[in-house]
Amino acid sequence: MDDLKKEPTYIKTFSSDELALSTKNLSVLYGGTIQKLFNVSLGFKKNAITALIGASGSGKSTFLRSLNRMNDKVATVKGNIIFHGLDVNKPNINVYELRKNIGMVFQKPNPFPKSIRENITYTLKADGQKDKQKLDQIVEESLRAAALWDEVKDKLDKSALALSGGQQQRLCIARAIALKPEILLLDEPASALDPVSTAKLEDTLKQLRSRYTMVMVTHNMQQASRISEYTAFFHLGHVLEYDVTSNVFTNPKGRITEKYIQGSFG
Amino acid sequence: MSEKNDDLKKVVNQALAEQKVPHVKLDKMKPSTVDIDKLTKPSKETHQEYWGKGLTFLAIILIILLVVSIIGFVGEHGLATFFSDHVNIIHFLTSTNWDPTQGENHVGALAMIVTSFLVTLISALIAAPFAIAVALFMTEYSSKRSAKFLQSVTELLVGIPSVVYGFLGLTIIVPTIRNVFGGTGFGILAATLVLFVMVLPTITSLTVDALKAVPTELRNSSAALGATRWQTIYHVILRASTSRILTAIIFGMARAFGEALAVQMVIGNAVLMPYNLVSPSATLTSQLTSQMGNTVMGTLPNNALWSLALLLLLMSLLFNFLVHLIGKKGKK
Repeated sequence: MDDLKKEPTYIKTFSSDELALSTKNLSVLYGGTIQKLFNVSLGFKKNAITALIGASGSGKSTFLRSLNRMNDKVATVKGNIIFHGLDVNKPNINVYELRKNIGMVFQKPNPFPKSIRENITYTLKADGQKDKQKLDQIVEESLRAAALWDEVKDKLDKSALALSGGQQQRLCIARAIALKPEILLLDEPASALDPVSTAKLEDTLKQLRSRYTMVMVTHNMQQASRISEYTAFFHLGHVLEYDVTSNVFTNPKGRITEKYIQGSFG
Repeated sequence: MSEKNDDLKKVVNQALAEQKVPHVKLDKMKPSTVDIDKLTKPSKETHQEYWGKGLTFLAIILIILLVVSIIGFVGEHGLATFFSDHVNIIHFLTSTNWDPTQGENHVGALAMIVTSFLVTLISALIAAPFAIAVALFMTEYSSKRSAKFLQSVTELLVGIPSVVYGFLGLTIIVPTIRNVFGGTGFGILAATLVLFVMVLPTITSLTVDALKAVPTELRNSSAALGATRWQTIYHVILRASTSRILTAIIFGMARAFGEALAVQMVIGNAVLMPYNLVSPSATLTSQLTSQMGNTVMGTLPNNALWSLALLLLLMSLLFNFLVHLIGKKGKK
């Protein structure tokens, strides 16, 4: 801990009209006593990919899951999460509506045991959207956006479980953006995929970045350097460095960051 | 000097004898020399393998023998009704005239078949929604501690002997039905209510297993799409576990179909076509238990009972087949 206090830190800030989402002094406690995250204040720039890197247990996934309140019943989250000027880490926030605006894609591809079409329309239908034409339109739009349309357009009513891992993960992205969220949270989206599928997924994310704000946890530093504009380095629940990705990788401010990027630990 | 040395030796030996000092000489770990001879010869382990394989194989043979001889025995006696006593099999399945002591033209089991199916279907139909609701509460809503408590309660209910259920039905349900609907109180309704309580825990605990098998990731990703808990349950969790829940219901139905004692105590035991839910009737099983002491081995009335047993056996085979079929479909 003392080492961390001496460590030089650098946190980039953005002007408020560039910000899509920001946190202020976000702390996460498990079971009321075990603190996994210490006063993290980060801002995420609109229409850009921000990568969160760090060793296992550094708190980056915990942080990501707090942003759309997925930690609600798992842990205590203290601090503020500012979205459109509103603190969404308050009990009066409708988490269901919040999660439609802040979508999430998980580590393991996990399509529902339904057809490809129903995977996308399920939440829309549950929300009251009944117009078949409109639903079809959203299905095609979101599958096209996730670069999956050409591969599945002839088998929309087949089970989504028959798709390959990479296709399943892109379907998960498609069903998240079908709700037209502003922000996509990606929790190691490529860690369960082979290199070819990973490359396709990264292409998809690159195509999406002009329209969506994305925050991505990754263990793969090449991936972070390939597709992200900004990178935050987490260490033991603290953010030690947050800057333009090229700066973090070529000119890290802190010793720990440098060591991690060189592969000395993690 | 030498005395002191002896002393020290004594102390060390004493300590070694009392195991106070570890008397293991530690060496650096290194690979042992490979014994080429051993590599080509059977050892204790290979013998163990033979023994293990042989023992389990013997057990399997024993079970297969048992199953085959049970089916053979029931089949032999059950079919004797049709082959040596010349009862028409169509007549057996379609007539409601049941009085085997009067000869081969009075062996019609339809009333019992219909009653058996009615009590099974109705009790499963009432129990299934309750069981699914209870299971959903246990897996999706309640805390871990109360889920554990509920689980032990359902396990307790499974373990209660059926005669206790029958006794409770006889002293509580039958008089209540008599007071409300008139008649004797014995009949399908009483049997259904007793069976409902009996199959509820069976279906519940199997449904809990089915719901627990749904990966947590599916719940999380549904929640991340802004779905409420109920939407997730209805559209994702139940959908993902449909085949296993159906299996649970069929196991419950198999239990209801095969239950003899509790049903016999409350159904009235009159081999009549049920004309309403409170008229005394009899199921295949209740007729077997109530009549098996009254017949002589080898005679038509006895063979007719064996035919009922054969019918029950075939039904349990059918239930098993259904479970497999659904399991296969669920995997697709």
